[in-house]
Amino acid sequence: MESLYLLIPFSILLVFVIGLLFWWSTRSGQFDDLEGPAHRILMDDDSPPHEDDAR
Amino acid sequence: MNQPCFHCQLPVPDGQAFPIRYRQRTEQACCAGCQAVAQTIIDNGLGDYYQHRTDSQQKAEALPSELLQQIALYDSDKLQQSFVRHEDGEVREATLMLEGITCAACVWLNEQHVRQLPGVLSVDINYSSHRARVRWDNSQTRLSQILHAIAEIGYRAHPYDSARQEAAQQQERKQALTRLWVAGLSMMQVMMYAVPVYLAPEGDIEPQWLWILHWASFILTLPVIVYSAVPFYRATWRDLKTRRVGMDTPVTIGILTAFFASLWALLNKVEHGVFFDSVSMFIFLLLGGRYLESMARRKTGEATERLVKLVPAFVHQLDNWPHSHETREVAAANLEIGSRLLVKPGETIPCDGHILDGHSSVDESLLTGESTPIRKTSGDSVIAGSVNQASALVLQVTRTGSDTRLAGIVRLLDQAMADKPQLARLADRFAAWFVALLLLAAAGTYLGWSLLDGPQHALWITVAVLVVSCPCALSLATPAALTAATGHLAQIGVLITRGHALETLAKVSDVVFDKTGTLTHGRMQLLATHEAAHPEEIAAIALAAALEQSSEHPIARALSATAADSRLPGVAGLRNHPGQGVEGLINGQHWRLGRPDFVCSLSGHAEPPAMPATATVVALGDTRGIKAWFAIGDQLRDSAASVLAQLQAQGLRVHLLSGDAELAVATLAAELGITHYRAGATPEDKLTYVSQLQQGGARVLMLGDGVNDAPVLARADVSLAMGGGTDVARASGDMVLMGDDIAQLPKALQLARHTMQIIRQNLLWAAVYNLVALPLAIGGHVTPWLASLGMAASSLLVVSNALRLVKRSK
Repeated sequence: MESLYLLIPFSILLVFVIGLLFWWSTRSGQFDDLEGPAHRILMDDDSPPHEDDAR
Repeated sequence: MNQPCFHCQLPVPDGQAFPIRYRQRTEQACCAGCQAVAQTIIDNGLGDYYQHRTDSQQKAEALPSELLQQIALYDSDKLQQSFVRHEDGEVREATLMLEGITCAACVWLNEQHVRQLPGVLSVDINYSSHRARVRWDNSQTRLSQILHAIAEIGYRAHPYDSARQEAAQQQERKQALTRLWVAGLSMMQVMMYAVPVYLAPEGDIEPQWLWILHWASFILTLPVIVYSAVPFYRATWRDLKTRRVGMDTPVTIGILTAFFASLWALLNKVEHGVFFDSVSMFIFLLLGGRYLESMARRKTGEATERLVKLVPAFVHQLDNWPHSHETREVAAANLEIGSRLLVKPGETIPCDGHILDGHSSVDESLLTGESTPIRKTSGDSVIAGSVNQASALVLQVTRTGSDTRLAGIVRLLDQAMADKPQLARLADRFAAWFVALLLLAAAGTYLGWSLLDGPQHALWITVAVLVVSCPCALSLATPAALTAATGHLAQIGVLITRGHALETLAKVSDVVFDKTGTLTHGRMQLLATHEAAHPEEIAAIALAAALEQSSEHPIARALSATAADSRLPGVAGLRNHPGQGVEGLINGQHWRLGRPDFVCSLSGHAEPPAMPATATVVALGDTRGIKAWFAIGDQLRDSAASVLAQLQAQGLRVHLLSGDAELAVATLAAELGITHYRAGATPEDKLTYVSQLQQGGARVLMLGDGVNDAPVLARADVSLAMGGGTDVARASGDMVLMGDDIAQLPKALQLARHTMQIIRQNLLWAAVYNLVALPLAIGGHVTPWLASLGMAASSLLVVSNALRLVKRSK
């Protein structure tokens, strides 16, 4: 049971860390556009261009 | 059938070649503009765009030199100061509004293309708002180069002027989200500490662990109290200053009492006195409801923003007029009253003003709904947002920016949107009384219990009373449902401008249509063509358009609009016979176009074929005989018949009022199955008709678009103005139909009825809940955590019930 002395403070710390993480992600605009990325992932930026495209 | 243009999907004209090489195939473009754009896209290795796009591009035009000149202007620091943010060194950031975005592939294409420019540090395009945030190094590239690159691939970018206001809103939104996150996280974790205490039998947890759990709860509740709950404190403070009680007052009192009482219990080691979990959960649920509400509200507001975009960003200012005609490009935002401008044909007039020189016709249909261009000459006034059609005008500016009539309309819409519905006002007033009563009840409970049982017990019961009976569910019941429904309606193109509209819409029994512009398109169109046998080889429509090319009669406009894509033959000796038609020589042949008798006097007698009864019949012929008959009229909207059938199926009586002649209206009514109609109606007639209906106990929904409809729109119980209609009509309409698509009407009616049903369910639930919970709490049977659970559950139920009205995305 003595482990609770460690675990409870640790859980509090964890919540603060997660809170900071959310704060950062909101601030950096992760929640600004919730629609676009779903489409964007379908477009391959790094596929080699077709030879004809690069003519 | 011609193959469609590779870039814009419009048909490729015959005998023209604009080839594009794409993946070993040769594709055809319709014009040099599209060819150039497609080639730029492919050459930059962005050919994937054509594979991923889901919607075709707008027709691209070759970049005119004026546009290039305007783009170059954006490099001036003076112009940039309103929308460009400077970072350290030469790094700059701007928000641009992109035009022409139709699908996700467009977003990708723009991002990729701009990112390839040297010196561009980042590009982010928001898919839903079509706004791009660009950061660049000004020592390596310039804003004009970025704008040019976007124009090159067929899109247009404008600086987004209201960026600053937007930034403030964005900041607010982000803060609200952070507050919500903090409360949510803390709630979850505090629950983890609280649940064992609730579940374990008395004395099962050793006191040392119990107090550690309580202390942990306290630490995690602290940020919720000092950060997340701040909006409630502010609102309460605001209410206190104006000596009112709002719905936030008991919330604040409840939160703070529960928190400090728990703190006191914690410090004095009073078991069963610690309820930090209730505090954080309560705040989280309330914040969550408000966040959802504000999101829905924002969506509704975006529709008005589009109206503002009608005004061009740049104007040609004449500095030395009339001594010199030299123009200088100036941003419309920097225009000063009294300065002189040149407005070229085809351009939108940027400000209110009066004409100093030139005469032209101006299309004010965006503002007045009158689709026939209005002749304007020196001394006449013009309004911002109208389009100059015929020739160049010199204007003197009288009103700019937010003073123009266009801006007035936008304000009107904004203000109407802020207008609260009667039902919500009632609920608010009721909530204020309820709160006052509640505070009295809480005080009474405290006094009563402290006399009976001592102050310590009394405190908990009072907190429970305050929390359990928080009028959140009651005050959320109506606004949550209305906001969800308003947002849904805005998405299908019906904009609510008066608060009471939804309520009344649900009770409508009669729907009255104005004919022109609602059931029909409100402008002349070519309905049918009947070609007779004739030796002439040029297409009849091209001949007709050629003869009518200098005329501005609505019939001429209908013909030229149809023939817009064909090449017109040359005409000599064009003569106009007012009231009869036109005549002229084409390839040496003498042609006439106009009334059948006028043309037959040249071509010899012929019987007109059967044509739609409501249409005007126009004949085309030469000395060799009649070439073709055209039926020109106001075309019925595609959806009209099905809309009327649906309305009648919903049990509504449908009426048709029109200023048109008996025959035309009767034909239309018969075609659509309308039994109640009146032809040749003046605005007074319409007004009497509607009043009579109302005296007969009917609730009338009126649809209209013109100036003559304004009084009757205002008279009807609830009215729907066409978005393309006059501004007077829009101002007197309770709702505005943005896309002019009446197919949305049955849906809107259904949604309105559904909304009222949900509001009634919500109010009933809130009332029953309070009636049951309050006596229990006063009687001391409810602990604060149970109270908070009940309160939260009832609010959540109300909100999720309302969310059923939100439009499900496909």
